[in-house]
Amino acid sequence: MATVVMLGQLAELAGWRERRLEAVTLEALKALLSSEDPALGERLNGPGVITVVNRQMVRGDAELGPDDEVGFLPPVSGG
Amino acid sequence: MVSLEADALDPGALLANFCNGRSDVGAVVSFTGLTRAQTEGLAVSRLSLDAWPGYTEAVMAQVEAETRARFSVIDVLVAHRWGDLAVGEPIVFVAVAAEHRRAAFEAADFLMDQLKTRAPFWKKETGPDGQRWIEARPQDHADAARWTAGDTP
Repeated sequence: MATVVMLGQLAELAGWRERRLEAVTLEALKALLSSEDPALGERLNGPGVITVVNRQMVRGDAELGPDDEVGFLPPVSGG
Repeated sequence: MVSLEADALDPGALLANFCNGRSDVGAVVSFTGLTRAQTEGLAVSRLSLDAWPGYTEAVMAQVEAETRARFSVIDVLVAHRWGDLAVGEPIVFVAVAAEHRRAAFEAADFLMDQLKTRAPFWKKETGPDGQRWIEARPQDHADAARWTAGDTP
């Protein structure tokens, strides 16, 4: 179980911003999201999306615990 | 200092407050970004800016720390709006204080280039042609890359 947050256009595409989801790794989480919503899954695995776990950018897989917070961030546009 | 603001920014008041009571500073450079009525030829009537409170400030603070480490500056302020903005409203305000002007100009330039390409904000424009999400432009990335061109990998 981890808290999952979608930011920017990913929240719009998913239709939700924050959920608690059952997954023990990042890859398992992405597989779960892809099975629920293939379009979202494709976008999450596509270029430009950054994954942040507990405020640290993560590349590749990672284990997830119940207190972990995962954010999926599309390309930024500040200023 | 960095801040994420849900309410309207007042650049004049922020600048006056930033300059107030300083005796060690010879130069203050500030930059205010405003929301445009047009992007790449398409009219914009409203702008909505998403952020991730907590993480967004953490990245802004990281950019501030890099600015302080890289340039000879005395103080740095970054205030960034999020939420819904009208056209013409301030979206970002930065100010840099230094003993001399060159460091203040360069640090403000660096700070804005880094914010544009790294700060976790997501911009959605609304206009007569509908809604669209905006990404940092190639020029923004080229501007940010200027600062690492001479660095060793």
